[in-house]
Order: sequence, then structure tokens, then C-alpha cells
Amino acid sequence: MTATPTVRAAARRSGRPPLKPTARQPRRRSAVLTVVTGVMLVYAILPLAWLFISATKTQEDLLGTFGLWFGGEFALFDNIADTFTYQDGIFGRWVLNTVIYVVVGAGGATLLAALAGYGLAKFDFRGRRAVFAVVLGGIAVPPTALAVPTFLLFAKMGLTDTPWAVIIPSLVSPFGLYLMWTYSTEAVPNEILESARCDGAGEFRIFFKLALPLLAPGLVTVLLFNLVAAWNNFFMPLIMLKNADLYPLTLGLYSWNRQANTVGGDVVFDLVITGSLLTIIPLTVAFLMLQRYWQSGLAAGSVKQ
Amino acid sequence: MTRRTWIGWQFTAPFLGLFTMVFLAPIAYSAYLSVFRTRLVGGTTFVGLENYTKALSDPQFWEAVTRVALFLLIQVPIMLGLALLVALAIDSGRLYGAGFFRVAIFLPYAVPSVVATLMAGFLYGIRFGLVGSINEALGLNLPDPLAPGWVLATIGNIVTWEYVGYNMLILYSGLKVIDASLYEAAAIDGAGELRIIRAIKLPALRGPLVVATIFSIVGSFQLFNEPQVLDSLAPNSITTYFTPNIYAYQLSFAGQQINYSATIALLMGVATMVVAYLFQLRAMRGEAR
Repeated sequence: MTATPTVRAAARRSGRPPLKPTARQPRRRSAVLTVVTGVMLVYAILPLAWLFISATKTQEDLLGTFGLWFGGEFALFDNIADTFTYQDGIFGRWVLNTVIYVVVGAGGATLLAALAGYGLAKFDFRGRRAVFAVVLGGIAVPPTALAVPTFLLFAKMGLTDTPWAVIIPSLVSPFGLYLMWTYSTEAVPNEILESARCDGAGEFRIFFKLALPLLAPGLVTVLLFNLVAAWNNFFMPLIMLKNADLYPLTLGLYSWNRQANTVGGDVVFDLVITGSLLTIIPLTVAFLMLQRYWQSGLAAGSVKQ
Repeated sequence: MTRRTWIGWQFTAPFLGLFTMVFLAPIAYSAYLSVFRTRLVGGTTFVGLENYTKALSDPQFWEAVTRVALFLLIQVPIMLGLALLVALAIDSGRLYGAGFFRVAIFLPYAVPSVVATLMAGFLYGIRFGLVGSINEALGLNLPDPLAPGWVLATIGNIVTWEYVGYNMLILYSGLKVIDASLYEAAAIDGAGELRIIRAIKLPALRGPLVVATIFSIVGSFQLFNEPQVLDSLAPNSITTYFTPNIYAYQLSFAGQQINYSATIALLMGVATMVVAYLFQLRAMRGEAR
């Protein structure tokens, strides 16, 4: 997108790799600053605490007791059991669907972006510049702006209300391609490729055996971005899917919540809340465990804009 | 050195094929749809630019555009300002437990917007949320955050909650790559913390801030998930033309006006790109100056 030559030039002049954390003198800690920043911390954490507390309550306690403290009964495990058994256990189905959409969508998007980014970085071919220009333009096109047109097109092709209607759009990540292009340019030395070619290795073999391990940090970053996008996907499934058996978790929870508005609909706020808690746990755990990767990855992403 | 062969196409072809299917083809198809009109009686007729002139004089469309523009002008500066302050605080090295702050404030980014909105709807709602509890406990009469006059501010709050940590981390990453020798030089000059922020840190954050702003511009203009989900908690507050995306969605799915819907989607896509591009151009010119 835009260039930030100042940061990178400064890092290059110092002869240091730009991503290496700079060693700093330990400073005097400030209690005042910690408390002031703590306000933001409370702002960020409070809704999550509320969600956990609420998931331990029965529906009556949910309506009758103060939101930020536990109710009379600790009903978390009953709520989880109810969530998984309500409507013949459709919640488990949604979990499975989400996993499939995320693994195939985010995994596929990352692989395709890596292949194409590497291809654009390491091979000169007719039309390369045109391809690059069009894909970069794609970064600026907001995916939601394309949702309705994509639906209309997929309807013509008979793809709506199938898993493909959700998976295919999430396979394409122009921003991921852009990141993989920069990583390939910088992390894969041409000399290694040349010597492998002299040994008679095929190009795809070189890519998978030699280049991919070198691209690993970049791959993890792109994968994490794609994971979040696929896990959070809502607009596409909402317009593409009618059959509740195909819903991802986001759409499923939305539909349970809507039930309260329909005449004679079952009010299941306790299940919506418990389901929400279950929905955010996997990504939260993944983020906490993969901290090292996404933090360095974000650094790379923001500097290389 | 790169090799000029056809093998490069083999690497890019799978991506390009799908890119054509979900980017280029929908754009072309909606451009095609936008110049026709379909009626139950009379079928499909070519109408040229009629859908566009209709959109530009459609008060509902303009109300939606004005609403997201207002959102952009108010929510985005607040969110980025907070993100900047937190990033500077964490980077200052003066916080106790800075690592914990960084991770905890980022965590809401892992929460899907649907879940974030459902939570906010419950949490702030009058029915069994905090505002209800506070009103009851203190005998106050605080306004319902989901009432028509307040719902846009509530959505701003939800979006801020979701993305402030993400933006903080982008800015923090920008601070991390500042060359340590600059700080050493500043220390030798006896520069204070505020001076270091003004002279070293803020200039270094220019690029990351531009990126964060562009993402936020796109996010605001394309606002959909939050109001769509809130609609089920506060049906009277969200109109069928609350944001341009909701309007396009409603036109397609409730109104069966797919030609007009495609026109709206296309217009908003182009408008988003133009605004993001103009901002980038301006930011770059500022940098050159």
C-alpha cells in the first residue's frame, strides 16, 4: 500500500535485521501509567469476564441477577450439555462445519498465496506485471462489497447453499499473496534455487522442499490472518446458506438469537451465551499459544506496507 | 535474478483462477446487472445508467452513506487515538506487566464480530444487561444504548472494542523496529520522554498509522455484521437501509431488486476504494513535503 521508507532505511543503515527487537535499558516503572493504561485493560477484558460469568448461569439467573457476578447456581456444565443437545445436537454440527471451513479455507488460502507470491517473486514471465497490478488492486477491494454480487453469480452457477459457497471465496487472499511475495523476495536466496536447479530438481520440488521451510514465519502470519477471517466469517454464510446443517458457528448463534424474535420461537439466550463462550475459546487459545509468531508477523506486515 | 519461463504461470494460475471467480467475475457481473431492470410484468429491460441516477437521488441510500461517513469521522479517530496511546504506554517500558497488557488488550480481536455484538447487546441492553442493572440499583434513568438515537454510538463502541488491540499491535510493531541508536542519541542530547515521542516515535509511526487508517476506512464504509446482528436484539433501531451494505443486502434478499442492489454494492465498492486511495495519496504527499 504505502511506503514507510524511514523505518526500514533506518534499520538497514544500522546494519541490523529490521525485525530484531532492540535491547533497551530497563526503565523506572510508573504505577500511575500502569493504572491509567489499566482502564483500557478493563475495557478489553470486562465483556469477556461477563461472558464467562453469564455462561455459568441459568436462564432465570441471567435475567434476575447482576451481570458481573455469579448467580445462585453454577450451571456452566449443564449449559454446555444443553448447548450440545439442543435441536438434536446441531451445535456439534456447526463446530464441525466451522472447522472444515477454517481448515480448508484458511489452509488453502495460505498455500495458494504462498505458491502465487513465490511464483511472482522468483519467476519472470509474460504478463507478470499485469497480474501483480490486478492482484494489488484486489487488496483495496473490500470483500463485503463483493458479497452480494458473488451471491448473484454463485446462484447462477448453482453453488449457493453448498459448502463451496463459503469455502471458495475464503480461498482468495490478495493481502496474503502480497505478504508472501515480500517474504519470498527477502527470505529465499536465489543462489539456493540456482544450485538446486543445477542438481536437476524440479521447480515444485524446490518450492516444497527448499523454499517453504524458509518461508515458515511468513506462512504462519498469513495463516493466522486467514484463520481469523475464516473463523469470523458471517456475511458470506448468511447470504449463501439456507440449510442450517451447513451453518458455521457464527451464523448458528445468530439464528438461535433470532429465535427470540419470531412468534412462538424458543428463547435460548443461555445457549447463545454458552455457545458464544465455546466459540471464542479455540481462537483465544491459538492466539495465546502462537503469540511469538503473530507478534513478529504483525511487525513484518506493518513495516513492509 | 529471476528466470523467464512459463513455470511462473503454473505457480500463479490456481490463485488467479479463483481470484477471477470471486473478484473479477462478480464485479463484471454486477456491472452487467446494474444496467438492467427486472420487473415481474415485462421482464428484463436495458435501462442504461438509470439505476445509478436512481441511487444518487435515493434518500435512503444517502442516509446510509451519511451514517457510515459520520461513523468514520468519529469512531476511527477515537479508536486509533486510544490504540496509539496504549502502544506508546507499552513501548515506554514504564508499565508493570507490559507483556500482559499487550496480549490482554489484543484478545478481543480473536472474538468474532457476531459474538462481540451479541455480547454487547446483552451486556448493555436494558433487558438484562448492565445498564438495566445500574438503573435498577441506583434508581437512575440512563438511556437504552440500543435505542434508535444511541445505537450508532453503541456500534462504534463494539467496533472500537474489537479492533483497538489489533491497531495497537500494528502501531506497537512500528515502534519496535525503531533503531536503538536513535534513542541513544536522544539520551545524549538529554531529550525527555515527550520530546522522544514527538521527534522519533510519531514520525516512525506514520506508515503504520496510514495502513491502520485505510483498513478502518474500508471497515467503516462496509459496516454490516454489527448492525445486522443488533437488528435481532433491537429491531426498531436498525432500519433496512442502516448502512449501504445492509441496504444492498435487503434489496437483494427481501426486496428482490437485484439490479438495483448490484448497483448499490458497486457504487459503495468504488466509493470505498476512492476514499482509501485519496487518503493514501494525501498521506504520501504529506510525507514528501
